[in-house]
Amino acid sequence: MKDSLVLLSRILAHPDSRCWFLAWNPAGTLLASCGGDRSVRIWGREGDSWVCRSVLCEGHQRTVRKVAWSPCGNYLASASFDATTCIWKKNEDDFECVTTLEGHENEVKSVAWAPSGNLLATCSRDKSVWVWEVDEEDEYECVSVLNSHTQDVKHVVWHPSQELLASASYDDTVKLYREEEDDWVCCATLEGHESTVWSLAFDPSGQRLASCSDDRTVRIWRQYLPGNEQGVACSGSEASWKCVCTLSGFHSRTIYDVAWCQLTGALATACGDDAIRVFEEDPGSDPQQPTFSLTAHVPQAHSQDVNCVAWNPKERGLLASCSDDGELAFWKYQPSEGI
Amino acid sequence: MVGSGGMGGGLLENANPLIYERSGDRPVTAGEEDEQVPDSIDARTESSFLHLAHLIRSINDPEHPLTLEELNVVEQVRVQVSDPESTVAVAFTPTIPHCSMATLIGLSIKVKLLRSLPQRFKVIGGVRYISPLSSFHLVNKQLADKERVAAALENTHLLEVVNQCLSARS
Repeated sequence: MKDSLVLLSRILAHPDSRCWFLAWNPAGTLLASCGGDRSVRIWGREGDSWVCRSVLCEGHQRTVRKVAWSPCGNYLASASFDATTCIWKKNEDDFECVTTLEGHENEVKSVAWAPSGNLLATCSRDKSVWVWEVDEEDEYECVSVLNSHTQDVKHVVWHPSQELLASASYDDTVKLYREEEDDWVCCATLEGHESTVWSLAFDPSGQRLASCSDDRTVRIWRQYLPGNEQGVACSGSEASWKCVCTLSGFHSRTIYDVAWCQLTGALATACGDDAIRVFEEDPGSDPQQPTFSLTAHVPQAHSQDVNCVAWNPKERGLLASCSDDGELAFWKYQPSEGI
Repeated sequence: MVGSGGMGGGLLENANPLIYERSGDRPVTAGEEDEQVPDSIDARTESSFLHLAHLIRSINDPEHPLTLEELNVVEQVRVQVSDPESTVAVAFTPTIPHCSMATLIGLSIKVKLLRSLPQRFKVIGGVRYISPLSSFHLVNKQLADKERVAAALENTHLLEVVNQCLSARS
């Protein structure tokens, strides 16, 4: 198991600062990183190494907490503790800030683009989730402010193919939202975590959602549609989400991120114990009660907390990670034979 | 993450705190002066433990011109350090149960530790604030959340207050 996650390279991406988050562009050719130095950096491959192609340092006054690429790959959104979200337009290797989205009362913690590219979601310590509509002229309009959480909202993520939005919060819950008659409504609350939920990831089918928490567990939630064979109760035409698996006992500190590879189905975690772990679903396990095995564990992946793990969307097994030590690392995941 | 009020003007939360005797300056041992001897940060090594406790006890109270030690907010027995595991935990007690300064005191202790210890150290469980009230869980959750602490320390006003608590008094 020890050799199944191999270090390819390591870069001091944000010196003297934290590296908070990473995002691959849809083509898998560029990686965006952001950090406590208020900058966004764009990394591209040159031969066997990764080089910094651009530094975006004009947009934000405080820490850049998260970044997200639009599905077309031509835009990058950055969410900052300065309460704003910047939209950057890509021209070759240059990025130009075309819009700054304002409205949140304080730190913006996360930003995510819907699969259509026409909607953007942001969330903040002000406890709200905002849904923005994008038109052809690059104009952004806030279409909904969702105040379902009772605390700081840490993360937002869209379903891979539907306009279904999920958010994770300091209030220990996960909430799901969908559009209903020109407005957005909270359609499910997932309760079970015993502390802050830090991050979320849908599986490739979108039927399952993984959440990771300060309670040191990962939970897998499964969607049940009305009239399901398993007899899981649904209210009206609303789908139900049920926790079908809890990964506990593997992590010794807060789990800051979870990433579900869209190509292989492998699940990676970033933990405050400096380790990266990869889990795979056991073949033949019951879909209603799936079981997962730890297939890779690198205890000292970084010298400090690991904040983010991100699977390349095109190259199987290529994983990027980043840490409080300011470093960015690339890994090759090779599942061992016989799993 | 810290409520308004407190520093500068307004009524004191606790106008007449009990004042405790300071334990005096720590003598420097021969081993510490010898640069050949590697420094181990461990509660079990008495000199290093005293050093860490000394760092914390000299923090100024946000409300009174006194140190946390003089107000008995921090007691030495509540500092736990493990060098091999790179962890440190500190428990503190505010002067009165309803102390609204708890978050600020906790933040000051946390910043002091982060600035003094090697980066590999993790301040575990945030900084524990012990109180008979259930609200202590809320303070501890905030102090353990590194994202909220990072954001708070980017707030220049708040950082100024923390630095005042950490500045040496003549």
